[in-house]
Amino acid sequence: MGVTSQGTIYGINGPVVRVRGNHPFQMMEMVLVGNERLIGEVIRVLEDETIVQVYENTTGLKPGEPVISTGRPLTVKLGPGIIGNIFDGIERPLTSIAEKTGPFIGRGTVMENLDAEKLWDVKVLVRSGYELKPGTVIAEVRETPSVVHRVMVPPGIGGVVDEVVKDGSYPITQAIVRIRNGKVIHDLAMVQEWPVRTPRPYKRRLSMNEPLITGQRVIDSLFPIAKGGTAAIPGGFGTGKTLTQHQLAKWSNADIIVYVGCGERGNEITQVLEDFPNLIDPRNNRPLMERTVIIANTSNMPVAAREASIYTGITLAEYYRDMGYHVAVMADSTSRWAEALREISGRLEEMPAEEGFPAYLPSRLSEFYERAGMVETLNDSTGSISIIGAVSPQGGDFSEPVTQNTKRFIRCFWALDKSLAYTRHYPAINWMDSYSEYTEELKDWYIQNAAPDFMEKRERISRILQEESKLLEIVKLIGSDILPNEQKLVLESARVIRQGFLQQNAYHEQDTYVPIIKQYHMMKSVLNLHDRAAKLVAKGIPVSVIKRTGVFEEVIKAKYTTSSDDMEAFETLDSGIDSILAGIEEGYRGTERRRHA
Amino acid sequence: MNLEYVGLKEISGPLVVLEGVKDPSFEEMVEITIGNEKLLGRIIEINGDICVVQVFEGTSGISLANTRTKLLGKPLKIPLSKEIFGRVLDGVGRPLDGFGEIYPEKYRDVNGQPINPVEREYPRNYIQTGISTIDCLTTLIRGQKLPVFSGNGLPHNQLAVQIVKQAKIADESNDNFAIVFAAMGVKHDVADYFRNSFRSSGVLDRVVMFLNLANDPVVERIVTPRCALTAAEYLAFEKEMHVLVILTDMSSYAEALREISSSKGEIPSRKGYPGYLYSDLASIYERAGMIKGRKGSITQIPILTMPNDDITHPIPDLTGYITEGQIVLDRGLASRGVYPPISVLPSLSRLMKDGIGEGYTREDHPGLANQLFAAYARVQDVRALASVIGEDELSDLDKKYMGFGRAFESQFISQEFGEERDIMETLDLGWLLLSLLPREELDRLSPELVDKYYTDPEESESRFRRWM
Ligand SMILES: Nc1ncnc2c1ncn2[C@@H]1O[C@H](COP(=O)(O)OP(=O)(O)OP(=O)(O)O)[C@@H](O)[C@H]1O
Ligand SMILES: Nc1ncnc2c1ncn2[C@@H]1O[C@H](COP(=O)(O)OP(=O)(O)OP(=O)(O)O)[C@@H](O)[C@H]1O
Ligand SMILES: [Mg+2]
Repeated sequence: MGVTSQGTIYGINGPVVRVRGNHPFQMMEMVLVGNERLIGEVIRVLEDETIVQVYENTTGLKPGEPVISTGRPLTVKLGPGIIGNIFDGIERPLTSIAEKTGPFIGRGTVMENLDAEKLWDVKVLVRSGYELKPGTVIAEVRETPSVVHRVMVPPGIGGVVDEVVKDGSYPITQAIVRIRNGKVIHDLAMVQEWPVRTPRPYKRRLSMNEPLITGQRVIDSLFPIAKGGTAAIPGGFGTGKTLTQHQLAKWSNADIIVYVGCGERGNEITQVLEDFPNLIDPRNNRPLMERTVIIANTSNMPVAAREASIYTGITLAEYYRDMGYHVAVMADSTSRWAEALREISGRLEEMPAEEGFPAYLPSRLSEFYERAGMVETLNDSTGSISIIGAVSPQGGDFSEPVTQNTKRFIRCFWALDKSLAYTRHYPAINWMDSYSEYTEELKDWYIQNAAPDFMEKRERISRILQEESKLLEIVKLIGSDILPNEQKLVLESARVIRQGFLQQNAYHEQDTYVPIIKQYHMMKSVLNLHDRAAKLVAKGIPVSVIKRTGVFEEVIKAKYTTSSDDMEAFETLDSGIDSILAGIEEGYRGTERRRHA
Repeated sequence: MNLEYVGLKEISGPLVVLEGVKDPSFEEMVEITIGNEKLLGRIIEINGDICVVQVFEGTSGISLANTRTKLLGKPLKIPLSKEIFGRVLDGVGRPLDGFGEIYPEKYRDVNGQPINPVEREYPRNYIQTGISTIDCLTTLIRGQKLPVFSGNGLPHNQLAVQIVKQAKIADESNDNFAIVFAAMGVKHDVADYFRNSFRSSGVLDRVVMFLNLANDPVVERIVTPRCALTAAEYLAFEKEMHVLVILTDMSSYAEALREISSSKGEIPSRKGYPGYLYSDLASIYERAGMIKGRKGSITQIPILTMPNDDITHPIPDLTGYITEGQIVLDRGLASRGVYPPISVLPSLSRLMKDGIGEGYTREDHPGLANQLFAAYARVQDVRALASVIGEDELSDLDKKYMGFGRAFESQFISQEFGEERDIMETLDLGWLLLSLLPREELDRLSPELVDKYYTDPEESESRFRRWM
């Protein structure tokens, strides 16, 4: 490379490197920094100086070392080999890094993002003479037993097919289709590139009317998220953000999961890597790892790459969305990403807004969440990206800038509560502070696919919880003993809802995932019990008498005692309760009669 | 490399600025000579030929003219060999004990490198500490990072010493362990207390101590935990030992970081701490763990004092976001004479779920722990109510909870400093206490377990009556 294509290092301050020399760098261009060719990105261009953020540790860099221009922005490679893999924040496979540098991550390890040698069985779907538009699917590859990879014409390219290869085994870089557009010829391979900071194009946005089913009761029944929707999980440390994300990555009915471990613990990634290959996707009986890709930039890995990891993750998601898949992106934690922005911004001595965060934090957050959605793709299929972002508020206080700004751009808010976590009420999603703005849009789906009265049941469940919360204010002052019986019953039913329905044990084989139909029956049983008991209470039978029969406990335990594919068990449960309560009523009538006699 | 630079351009707090430097590299070490004193520093920012250097010993006595500075051409490395056992080193790894230099088998960069997540081994083996609250409710796992959140004057040092003395690994012989102790800004008597305790429990020849005491240079504290963890990594991953690392006090560490940050004129985030406090702490705590195919492990017990007992303060807060749980000490319990004053509800061990239960401790352990948490949480509500309406006005059930709460605190949480309880003893004690409550209240346990372990309530009551 000639001297003109490079500058030289002038200053170094952590991940921020100042470059001088007469080469005109472009904004957001990817550069190779220093003798070790560390990957960096131009983040500011001044008249006599260019500022670069470096994605690797800068220890040992010296002024005077070269900075080489690549002329293109930070891009990722898109093609077969992504699913089932684990990458760092800039799409370098961590297993290849381990092969090169051992258990500790070394530096300057420029390498293939996707395995270029591996042969894939390709089925070509187009023939010469076909007219291809951007996004058209030209070939299919079985990427994993769970995922068919649809090779597409990259956005911005089109033309008439000149030549295709025969179906067979090829590496990802092999041209499989040649198209001609006037005089221009494009050789299309299985792999394409895309700049991570630019959203991939689609035809149009579609409305969202199907829930992303997660198997988590408090989410699916009370605060559902739509396919293509956005949700935030804020919560102090140890309240269950990561576990909730893991649960969703395991059990939600997305086709593809992109799990971005952004500035969190190494062991949590290790756990996913250990669990997912052994967990079986209930929908196709294949290991969950076959639909999952992990982007891992743990808290001790370089901070600039942490900033990039979110974009890398969402770009991979968009690529699979464009194939017509429903993709769910888990980002744990967006706060660490915001802090990476803050750190870089601080080193650039930018004027901070709140709590040292840069003034562009809200716009970056909104750009990120805007990349979610249900769309009609360029090839007329329907695909979606749902984003579930964990937020780690400083001091567990939701009024801090990241939580507040995130709240503006998401429509589902699952507020984790420290005091619930302290009492080991898991998932510690606070039912009073959480909300979903999707319920209206999803109403019809629930009515058609779960039960006609699903929404009414849900309403009633939330109402009992709200009443409880009001009553508890009183109980705090005077105790529950002197409440009237109707109110005692509300407290009792609310307890059943909390312990039997809202609490869900992620480590219990039966309880970890609950289909929507069982969720419905559970709600129904609680309400049935509540209504039946209310009738007795109206006749003057004290709640304590009903309680003594153990019916409330019976319903609480239903989550463990009934299997997920046996809904008749609930009829048995309900009729059992009915007869116990009828027994009480009978006995009570008896005493009434005796008293009258 | 042997060029010497005379004088300085600027001095600001613990930082000095050198001008006209030839060929510096980022994070390179420098040696500053004043008269016959030598100071150690590290380049933390470079702009052309101007370098900002952080001086570990502090800058007092330095003037713009009286220094000669030499670049050492490498980042900070410490010498390592198995001979470091029994040694006492200063905060940057230089011998303090007068036994001479360490004959190095190798040198290692104190900054270390991040462990590749694909090469980590998920920690699963529990360590029995003999302390009921920890073993039953916040089980310590080998390879875990489990900090103690304490306050000034609370017995965190005793607790750490008790853990060191009693720690037993379930399935292995105990002759393969090592202790690395790092003191940051602690008082002399605290360091002495640890040393004497190590000696009296006969483990001193398995201990390496890195001491940066309260009157030692503040900046040096920045590298003390890193030196300690470098030694730990060497012992764990090259010598295949199980290493327990105690880091105390992480609050002093964070304050040192803040001091340097403000000298650099950086934009602060919360309470004046730098925006990168999280990443910086993570670069320490994440050095705990296990690696595939290597036998050793690094278990970290960082100790920190929460300013004003405030768990939302940035130091405990960011620590909690990185570590795999926390053991929180409580002033209220301590003032009621409970030792160890572990506040059960906010304490958590995230790794315990994979290291307890059938095949590890006992089948009932997870459910029992869960139930104890739930019952004790209920005690807090009842106490709040009792403080309003008076204990006499409580319902019978609530009164039972009050009794359970008192017995739990005085018999389960509380134990003697020298008392070592076997895990089975701890679990049985938990059941005896739960049996103070009516059977129906045990809603977090399967009926089978209740049948098997629930004992006669009257027996429990007579046993614990004195404490209720
Ligand atoms: N649904 C659940 N079932 C059982 N246990 C749970 C559940 N949710 C959370 N927990 C418990 O809470 C602990 C902490 O959860 P998690 O690690 O997800 O917290 P977090 O909010 O991600 O914390 P941090 O911000 O520090 O990463 C888990 O280790 C687990 O013990
Ligand atoms: N009258 C209402 N009935 C039911 N829900 C409501 C009503 N008003 C507001 N909401 C709920 O509150 C949500 C937020 O309302 P909206 O988006 O109008 O707020 P906003 O103040 O315009 O926010 P911003 O301007 O900051 O985006 C709605 O999506 C809806 O879920
Ligand atoms: Mg987490």
